[in-house]
Amino acid sequence: MKTILFDRIDEPGLNTLDVYQRRGGYQSLRKALTMTPEDVTAQIMDSGIRGRGGAGFQMGRKVSFLPHGDMPKYLICNADESEPGTFKDRELMQKSPHMLIEGVMIAAYAGGIGRTFIYIRGEYQLQADILEAAIAEAAQAGYIGERIMDSDFSASLVLHRGAGAYICGEETGLLDSLEGKRGNPRLKPPFPAIEGLYAGPTLINNVETLATVPHIIRMGGDEYAKIGTETSTGTKLVSISGDVRRPGNYEIELGIPSREIIYGLAGGPPSGREIKFWFPGGSSSPVLTKNDLDVPYDFDAMAKAGSMLGSGAIIIADESRKVLDTALKLAKFYAHESCGKCVPCREGTNWTLKMLQRIQSGDATPMDLDIMASVQEQIIGNCLCVLGDAMAMPIGSMVAKFRDELEAEIEAARERADGAGLEEVVALGVADEHAGPIPVH
Amino acid sequence: MSPIPPVPRFGHGSRVPGWDDAVDLTKDPAVIPDLATTPVPEALRMEIEAAMAKYPDRRSAAIPALHAAQAVHGYCSPEAIDQVAAVMQLTPAYLTSVATFYDMLETFPRPRHDDIYICTNISCSLLGADDLFDAMVRAAAGDERIHVSSFECLGACDIAPMASVNGEYVGPLDADDAEQIVADLRSRRPVLPDKQIRYRRSVDPNVQAGVDQFVAGDHGPRADTAGLPETEAQTDRPGPSAPIEIEPNEPGDDR
Repeated sequence: MKTILFDRIDEPGLNTLDVYQRRGGYQSLRKALTMTPEDVTAQIMDSGIRGRGGAGFQMGRKVSFLPHGDMPKYLICNADESEPGTFKDRELMQKSPHMLIEGVMIAAYAGGIGRTFIYIRGEYQLQADILEAAIAEAAQAGYIGERIMDSDFSASLVLHRGAGAYICGEETGLLDSLEGKRGNPRLKPPFPAIEGLYAGPTLINNVETLATVPHIIRMGGDEYAKIGTETSTGTKLVSISGDVRRPGNYEIELGIPSREIIYGLAGGPPSGREIKFWFPGGSSSPVLTKNDLDVPYDFDAMAKAGSMLGSGAIIIADESRKVLDTALKLAKFYAHESCGKCVPCREGTNWTLKMLQRIQSGDATPMDLDIMASVQEQIIGNCLCVLGDAMAMPIGSMVAKFRDELEAEIEAARERADGAGLEEVVALGVADEHAGPIPVH
Repeated sequence: MSPIPPVPRFGHGSRVPGWDDAVDLTKDPAVIPDLATTPVPEALRMEIEAAMAKYPDRRSAAIPALHAAQAVHGYCSPEAIDQVAAVMQLTPAYLTSVATFYDMLETFPRPRHDDIYICTNISCSLLGADDLFDAMVRAAAGDERIHVSSFECLGACDIAPMASVNGEYVGPLDADDAEQIVADLRSRRPVLPDKQIRYRRSVDPNVQAGVDQFVAGDHGPRADTAGLPETEAQTDRPGPSAPIEIEPNEPGDDR
């Protein structure tokens, strides 16, 4: 397959303007500036490209929602890549920062936007340093700033470093964070395209989506739409990790069978064991099993299979892994990252974590699984953002698909605990459960 | 994150009265400190003002400003918050609310020399991050200059299990690397240079196929060596990527 985003991405010096320009960089911006903003939007619309950050919303439609007219409008590139298992934007920004900058500028031109921001997660220090150097170079060369390439179009670009909060990857949480507040999500509507940053119309897109825009302009929207499937066009960067021989980022054409990615590209589990469960789109996606390996890897097929493509992060767990261990990691993560604004998410994530810990310590009964499943149902759709859903969907799918194993786990842990308890009583005479302070989490 | 001091509790779990005495509800809220009477280091003030100038609304600079103050003071101390508040003309309460929200902003004192974050999220823990974390804690035990903590997904599952050592991503690590990281930090050497992510090449076979199309000769430094000394940047060191070879199908794999 011909790579688009990853085309010769390891070329030495690609992070510099010289090499990027020699490879035809910023020609798409030049071409876009000779077109009208409406034509550029139409090209993006024709390409059918769907957001690569997780929700999969069509970028062209997002641009077209922006109100026309003379008003302060904003563009934010969401580079707060914190979804567990996802690391595609990291490689893209580190190796080809100018591709992202060019995409941001073209999208800003299409939307008539004068101020753009890249919100990068605080942990990506190397990538932020590289981007900062690239932005300075691009501004020096006149690709950012006043009257870009002698056109009437002007736009600024500011790199904003976050400070470590998963919730700031959610678009409205990101807006609050960028405004200098705690990153709490907002009520929608109004959607950011109408009222976003500083209450102005705001276009928010993922790094990968924006980095694709120069290629759409270069190839033409119709040509780009020929790649992939009818409703999931183009190529996608897939981050594969966990129990595979060759973890890493791969650029694939949307719609190829998942097996091809997991076994063909990444080599399957190194132990030669079978796959037990896998996340097809980051830790927020409901888990699939080895029976789902032939599902085509695109947005609609994944949704039909009961999961989602999400950010394109595949995490593989082989047969030797316990579902409970992964569920615990998952619940701990979401309980820690819940911002605390909505009750179902704040309480639901913590209750789920406590119930899973109870299974591990041998204090649970199979009825806890029913309670856990009902807690997940209470979370889904009842919060301002999808952080709670992001835990409820995979945990719910684990309880549904691996109930037998979890029940066996409960039984085994109870037996372990009972045995230990008995020995303790014999040794001490009396077991004092309440001795000493209770540890605070 | 530094551990929050535990609230004292009785054996039966209730909090000992007075645990929240630090909050005086009858006191007036702190006002915006006066820049004229609050001593702020010149460099810090300029850095914060430069950050404020980048945004249409000065409050957007809260995170960069607190980062800058943390670099000066070691953590977001009440003094640091006051200084930022004076420059940005915001209340200390507002800035405290921001500082307490984000994991990378510390509101409790801690030894601040070397930070090691071990990712213990799903992908890393599948490949042994919990053992690595234990090994790292043991290796750094007794060294007050090194601060080891577990962290949520750092976005580098391709080198799992991994760690961020003073912001430098290294991996894949095994338990033996823990000692080496501590030794490298003590002697102020670059940490595990052959495992740093900046040298890692793409594993995508389609990317590898294009390697021979690189224009030879006069090109800049490698794509991922920003921030390295000049001599280092020229060195073309392959990363620890697994070799690219499509292996025959698994037995029983009827693809």
